[in-house]
Amino acid sequence: MNAIEFKQLSLAYGHRGIFQNFTASIHSGEFVAILGANGAGKSTLLRSILGLIAPSSGGISVFGQAVHKGAAFIGYMPQIRQNISNSLSAYAWLTANLNGYQWGLPVLNAKQTEEIQRVVQLVKAEKIINRPYSLLSGGERQRLLLAQALLNKPKILLLDEPLMNLDPYYQATLVGLIDDIRLQYGITILFTSHDINPLLTSVDRVLYLANGKAVIGLVNEIINSKKLSELYGLDIQVIQHEQQLFVINKELGFHHHVNHCRPDLDHFSV
Amino acid sequence: MSTIVDPTLIISLFEYHFLRNALIAGTIAAILAGFVGYFMVIRRLAFAGHALGHIGFAGATGAGLVGLTPVTGQLILTILAAIGMGSLGHRMSKSDIAIGIILALALGLGVLFLHFYTSYAAQAMTILFGNLLGVSAHLIKMMLIYSVLSLLGLSFIARPLLFASLEPELAEAKGVSLPLISILFMVIVAVAVTEASQVVGVLLVFTLLIGPAAAALNWTHGILSGLFLTVLFGILIVWLGIILAFITDWPIPFWISALAAINYFLSFLGKINQ
Repeated sequence: MNAIEFKQLSLAYGHRGIFQNFTASIHSGEFVAILGANGAGKSTLLRSILGLIAPSSGGISVFGQAVHKGAAFIGYMPQIRQNISNSLSAYAWLTANLNGYQWGLPVLNAKQTEEIQRVVQLVKAEKIINRPYSLLSGGERQRLLLAQALLNKPKILLLDEPLMNLDPYYQATLVGLIDDIRLQYGITILFTSHDINPLLTSVDRVLYLANGKAVIGLVNEIINSKKLSELYGLDIQVIQHEQQLFVINKELGFHHHVNHCRPDLDHFSV
Repeated sequence: MSTIVDPTLIISLFEYHFLRNALIAGTIAAILAGFVGYFMVIRRLAFAGHALGHIGFAGATGAGLVGLTPVTGQLILTILAAIGMGSLGHRMSKSDIAIGIILALALGLGVLFLHFYTSYAAQAMTILFGNLLGVSAHLIKMMLIYSVLSLLGLSFIARPLLFASLEPELAEAKGVSLPLISILFMVIVAVAVTEASQVVGVLLVFTLLIGPAAAALNWTHGILSGLFLTVLFGILIVWLGIILAFITDWPIPFWISALAAINYFLSFLGKINQ
């Protein structure tokens, strides 16, 4: 069964169109990387699957149902927030996320306490769970954001830039952890990122957003010189070297870190 | 010094009817302000709470013009302002300038209402700085009713309120109505602000609402322990403030604000240990 279906979907953020007329299916248990430059609409696409943003036209269905806010089978990991001012512990923060949509006091019963322990173990956060959430490092906080997304055993995980501000070691650790969880529970994963390289060993397909278009396919079908040149309308070369993808724009020459020179290509930073 | 520690003096405090009333009213206000203040600190609404106190001043002084008691006028205008502020949702903590301008306007209106209704001039000081020693049995009864209703309301929304305060985007994705939660909470804040201002006045309402919660959050990282410590700090500050005012003959609001400040700065010892 398809986990997510986009039917002639057009999305806009305010008055700015993101893409138009996109039709595709995401299979159950699939790991899909959503790539695109800053402002391409990766987060907007996730928010539309959550029912937080209405499509301009077309529709999205999740396990056959039209999207709506509060779908219990979707776990969502938002982008990491700065400026956490309170000193609540990571445990308190996590408990506030468990069934936080229900009325009443924020008190856990035995079953809910077990659920907290389950996700803490799943993301291997036992050592940090009693520390103040605001004092955790970016990598540790990403781990807890993932833990909250896994509460109540979702069937779909929407992960918004989970690799942001992480060094290559933590990126690889987090991707490995997410992939292990996917295989263990058969969860469908949509994962936005600027950089495909840390995901290459785990990802099944790539959903690529650029220039008002959305395309989906296998990594080598999408991330190649011809396809990217078509999408961007620029002369772009993709070179594979030691299982890493490098992007060269002929107008600008080779760039070790593309992000510095071409913001619209920064998802290929190396 | 021997006078300060004389236990008979402390015991005699409870023999005065007005002091007993002050302790009861102060305790009621401290409990409500503590529970509400804890969430205000987490939601970073300290300034909004302060502004509501000033808006209440305009309500209290304007009440005379329409034949209401000052407390009723204060409560009505504070609730109306709270609904307006609550409708800003999570943008409220970023609306300092707009809230500040409304705060100043409310004080100005308060002065204007006093100009038109001069018989309230004597009460202006009471509204601004509180009059815990003048609290009547009727006011205590009203404070108790409003406190119970507010705490019931708060316990009903506590879970989504906490969720929406810590992770608004996640809460919205899970179906929590952020505007509804924000408005309901701000109405409860309005009642707490009005109650707290009976103890310390609208100018020092910040003391009772924010001080204990800010200190508690430096000492403890748990939600329930934080709520418990906030209320405990609030009650102790009010009781000690009344006792010290009785002993020294200095104003109660001074002692309460001084104790809240000392308690807050001492709480950084707890933070250093983290």
